Amino acid sequence: MSNILVLIELSNTGETRNTAPELLAVARRLGTPVAVVATSPVGSAGLAAKLGSYGAAQVYLVESAGVGTLLVAPQLEALAAAVEALDPAAVLVANSVEGRDVAARLSVRTGAGLIIDAVDLRSEGGRVLATHSVFGGAYTVESTVVGVLPIVTVRQGAIQDRAEAVTPSVTETSVSVQAANAAVIDAVIPAVASGRPALRGAATVVSGGRGLGSKADFILVEQLADVLGAAVGASRAAVDAGFVPQSSQVGQTGTTVSPQLYVALGISGAIQHRAGMQTAKTIVAINKDADAPIFDVADFGVVGDVFTVVPQLIEAIQALRQ
Amino acid sequence: MKIIVLVKQVPDTEEERKLDLGSGVLDRGASERIIDEVNERALEVALLYKDSNKGTEVVALSMGPESVIQSLRKALSMGADSAMHVRDNALAGSDVSRTAAVLAAALRNTRFDLVVAGNESTDGRGGVVPAMIAEHLGLPHLTYLNSTEISDTGVSGVRAGEDGTLSVHAALPAVISVTERVAEARFPNFKGIMTAKKKLLEVISLSQLGFDPALARMSSSVVVSTSERPARTAGKTIVDEGTAGVELAEYLAAGHLI
Ligand SMILES: Cc1cc2nc3c(=O)[nH]c(=O)nc-3n(C[C@H](O)[C@H](O)[C@H](O)COP(=O)(O)OP(=O)(O)OC[C@H]3O[C@@H](n4cnc5c(N)ncnc54)[C@H](O)[C@@H]3O)c2cc1C
Repeated sequence: MSNILVLIELSNTGETRNTAPELLAVARRLGTPVAVVATSPVGSAGLAAKLGSYGAAQVYLVESAGVGTLLVAPQLEALAAAVEALDPAAVLVANSVEGRDVAARLSVRTGAGLIIDAVDLRSEGGRVLATHSVFGGAYTVESTVVGVLPIVTVRQGAIQDRAEAVTPSVTETSVSVQAANAAVIDAVIPAVASGRPALRGAATVVSGGRGLGSKADFILVEQLADVLGAAVGASRAAVDAGFVPQSSQVGQTGTTVSPQLYVALGISGAIQHRAGMQTAKTIVAINKDADAPIFDVADFGVVGDVFTVVPQLIEAIQALRQ
Repeated sequence: MKIIVLVKQVPDTEEERKLDLGSGVLDRGASERIIDEVNERALEVALLYKDSNKGTEVVALSMGPESVIQSLRKALSMGADSAMHVRDNALAGSDVSRTAAVLAAALRNTRFDLVVAGNESTDGRGGVVPAMIAEHLGLPHLTYLNSTEISDTGVSGVRAGEDGTLSVHAALPAVISVTERVAEARFPNFKGIMTAKKKLLEVISLSQLGFDPALARMSSSVVVSTSERPARTAGKTIVDEGTAGVELAEYLAAGHLI
C-alpha cells in the first residue's frame, strides 16, 4: 500500500495536538499512515509510541534546530524531506493555521495540488476524493486533484473514527532550515484554559451575543454552559465588544460548529453567524426581538429577555435533574 | 516604502451565496460583488502606515474578471495610490495554485517592500494564497496576524494560533496576512472618491507577465459533484409570559438534551 504522510503538529509544550488521532485515522483509510514530526534537538521521548497508539505504521522524526524559534519553516522542511524520501500517494495536514501555511508552501515547492478543508476523504480508482462543506453547510462538494500529488488540509474535528493502535517503525533524520526566508517566533502566549469543553467538536454549545450587554453580564452564558456541560461560543459582535476571546467566535470567519444542541442567547442570527452553526442538530434561541432572523433556523425559540429566561431555565434544568 | 495590498472581490456575505450545481463553481450572478471585508482591513493597515510615514506608496493588486475594477476603484478612493488588475480570459475558474502563481508573477514584475493580504477569503476560505506567494518569491511570511507593527526594515505582529498566540517578526521584504481583528477600514470620503478617478489603474494580461496562457489554463483541482442541503425551517417560537424558562427546560428534557 502507498504511504500517506500526516504532519503531526506539536503544541507549545511539545505535546501532539489533538488533531493527530483523526488525521492518522483518515490516513489509514487511504494507505499506510506515516506520521511526520519536526522535533527539536532536545528530544522527543515517547512520541513514537504515542503516534503508534493513534495508528501510525511509521514515525518519521525530523530533527531541526529551528523548532520553536522559526515560524513554520521546520515543519515545512520536515514534510518536504519526507515527501522526497517516501514517495507518498497523499499528504494530510490539519486545516489549522500552521497546517495551512505548511501545505501552502509545500504545494508550491513540490508542484503538488491542494485540497483545502476536507470534512471527509476516501480513495476511489487510485484517486483521493475529498468532501467539503461549503457556505456554512449549504452545499456539499466533492473534489479531487488530477495528475499531481494531493496535499489535503482536513477540517479539525470532522473525522470521528480512530485507527487501531500499532507498533510503528521509527526513522530518525535531520534537516537544516534556511532562516533567511522564515519569520522568527519571539514569544508564545498560551491560551487561558477555561476547563470547559473546546468549542470545536463540542456536543453542546451555548453562545452569547451583543444582547448580553457587557463582559460582566456575559457570565450568564457561562453559567448556562456549565449547567449543560457545554462549550461557550459567541457572535462576532460579542468578541469585538471584548466579552470573550476571539477563539470563541462562531460563524463565517470564526469556528464552524455542528453540535447536538446549539443555544443562541441575545444573538440576532446574522447570515454570517448562521454560517457557523446552522448544521447543529437542534437550535434553541432566546431573543427579545420577535423578528430576529435567528428564529428562522431555531427549533425552539423564546421571545424574551435573556436575563429573566435564562436564570429560570437554569433553575428548571436543575429541578428536572433532581 | 512600497506596500502592495492584495484585494479579492467576493460575493457579499450579507446575501445568500450560491454555487452552480453543474460545475460546483461560484454563481457570480447570484449576489452582489464587493471587496472582501478583510481586504479592506488589510488596506487600512497599509494606509495607517502611510498616514504617519510620508513617501509611502500603497498599491492595490487584484486578479479577476472585469467587475474587479469597481473594487479597485473603491481601494483607490479609500487612499491607495494606484492599482494593478491582472485580467485574462484564460484565468477564469482559477484554483488557489494558479491564483498564487499569477499574483506572484505580478509581484515579481514590480518593486515592493511589503505585501499585505487578508488571512482567508469569505468565499473560498482557503487561507493559503499569501503563504504560497511567499514561497514563490522566496520570502518570509507572517500570516493570520491579529495586530501588526511595520517599521522601515521589518514587520512584526501577533499571530492567531490554535492554542494561544505567537509574537513574530521578519525582515522586509515579506508577505503578511491579517485577520478581522486588525483595525476597521475607513470609509472613502468625497475627496478620495474624486481623486480616485485620476489615479492609475493598470490592466495587466498574462502575456505581459511572461505567463503562457496555455499553461495558465491548467488547474489541478477538479470538482467531482455538488449538492445543496435543504434549507432549515423554523420550529416553534413562544413568547415569554413568565414561564418560558420552564417550558424550554421541558423541551430540552423531552429531546434528551439535558
Ligand atoms: C465578512 C464578515 C464576516 C462576519 N463573520 C461573522 C462571524 O463569524 N460570526 C458572527 O457572529 N458574526 C459575523 N459577522 C458579523 C455579523 O454580520 C453580525 O454583525 C453579528 O453576528 C451580530 O452579532 P449579534 O447577533 O451578537 O449582535 P446584534 O446583531 O446586535 O444582535 C443582538 C441581539 O440581541 C438581542 N437582545 C438584546 N438585548 C437582549 C436581551 N436582554 N435579551 C434577549 N435578547 C436581547 C437583540 O434583539 C438582537 O437581536 C461578520 C460580518 C462580516 C461582514
